[in-house]
Amino acid sequence: MNAPHMPRLIQPWAQNPKVQKVIHPILVGLVLVVLWQGLVTGLNLPPYLVPSPILMMQTLFTDGAVLGMALWVTLKITLLAFGVATVLGVLISFVFVQSKSIEAALFPYAVLLQVTPIVAIAPLIIIWVKDPTLSMVICASLVALFPIISNTTLGLRSVEPDLQSYFKLNRANRWQVLWRLRIPSALPYFFGGMRISSGLSLIGAVVAEFVAGTGGTGAGLAYQILQAGFQLNIPRMFAALLLISLTGVFLFLFMSWLSHKALGGWHASEVVSD
Amino acid sequence: MTYAPAPAVEVLSANKTYNNGTQALLPVDLSIEEGQFVTLLGPSGCGKSTLLKMVAGLLEPTDGRLLLWRKPVQQLAESGKRMSFVFQSPTLMPWATVERNVRLPLELAGVEKSMAADKVKEVLALVGLSKFAKALPRALSGGMQMRVSIARGLVTDPDLLLMDEPFGALDEITRHRLDAELLELWQKKKLTVIFVTHSIHEAVFLSNRVVMMAARPGRIVEEFAIPEAYPRTAEFMVTTAFSQHAKKLQDSLMRASEGQEAHFS
Repeated sequence: MNAPHMPRLIQPWAQNPKVQKVIHPILVGLVLVVLWQGLVTGLNLPPYLVPSPILMMQTLFTDGAVLGMALWVTLKITLLAFGVATVLGVLISFVFVQSKSIEAALFPYAVLLQVTPIVAIAPLIIIWVKDPTLSMVICASLVALFPIISNTTLGLRSVEPDLQSYFKLNRANRWQVLWRLRIPSALPYFFGGMRISSGLSLIGAVVAEFVAGTGGTGAGLAYQILQAGFQLNIPRMFAALLLISLTGVFLFLFMSWLSHKALGGWHASEVVSD
Repeated sequence: MTYAPAPAVEVLSANKTYNNGTQALLPVDLSIEEGQFVTLLGPSGCGKSTLLKMVAGLLEPTDGRLLLWRKPVQQLAESGKRMSFVFQSPTLMPWATVERNVRLPLELAGVEKSMAADKVKEVLALVGLSKFAKALPRALSGGMQMRVSIARGLVTDPDLLLMDEPFGALDEITRHRLDAELLELWQKKKLTVIFVTHSIHEAVFLSNRVVMMAARPGRIVEEFAIPEAYPRTAEFMVTTAFSQHAKKLQDSLMRASEGQEAHFS
């Protein structure tokens, strides 16, 4: 296969942007994995420094039961926190948009919540709240809350002024304006916030687990990483890490899909221009 | 005692000064009879949109009064009359189909579902968009979106149609076509129309009365009658009468744009 003839070998379907969107990242991933495996084997790196991808996959299977349980725990905290953050965030935004002065009075505290590092407050929350799962859900929710608040508030406010006038001209009441105009206008912003928050709830859950350091049946992936670190079980550490990343990717993809389902067709961000 | 037709719109020395002291509109007196097609023409900043929005009740005059069929705008419903407003942009809900966009004013007014559906069908046919009832606005061209907006304006069977530079953003050919369609609707439905534009040709083509406004501060400076017969077609635009009216308006618009007018009191 010589280079000058390459273009002819590219099939039409391979030039389809939708296919390329999937194939290109996979190709990059394959190249990286092969490079990694090659370097580990070639340089003869010991597994307690860098395990090879093959060893990592093996560990994923041999330690499957432990890691699977841990994944379930982390996922549970993440999803609970994401749910709490979404519901709470939306409720707070509705309060914010009631009046400019309410927003002005409360918004700085939302910012305060956002800029205070969760690691710094997590110990407090863990002391205050007895139940470890609940305390971790609270920590993760706090991390995930802000994007929902700020995006949804922005969305509820960014109604096209003329369309708002139109509703006013037709004597629409507060409820009709909210339901028929403000909420649909806010949806694209809301989903943008959800997409950011889904990743943040995972990060929050992992950080909370690190701080709480809960072992036993309630041990999540972060605890597995801590333990594996103490025991120099680096392959398991990598396997746990892989699971965390995959969870994050899955959450992101799911949120993108959901956003596409909800907005598909009408919002500029979701329309594919071929 | 002779009977005079009730004026549809009365503007009684209404003026608008914004809180920062800007005089958007000096006191204006204007009376529009039922069935008239009146164009507000003038350079930007002359307060023509402000005046229109005051008639609609979207803006409160600082002083003075506005009456629609002898009633304040807020009590218009009591006189059994209805008013519709068409904005410069289509202002459609991007998430709703054409049909649902047109149905909106009926839904807001609590009109019964099957009756609303019939009405929506009727006006969509009127603007030639029956085939696109289920389409989303973004699938339509600018001209078609504007037609949806007009359909939404007509669906409530208005007596008064207020239009704020509705075709300003469209290309010339589309604008001519929509102008002609609008005239047909006006005649068919016996509407009273106030139409804001900055196009002299549009003003001459459409209206039987042109109100010229000037800027800084916004005010009415002159009035013109365009006493040419309807229906007006594209041929009307190449007649001498048309160009004479256009010339008169052109001169007046030039004077209005200079800002230093004898009419300035």
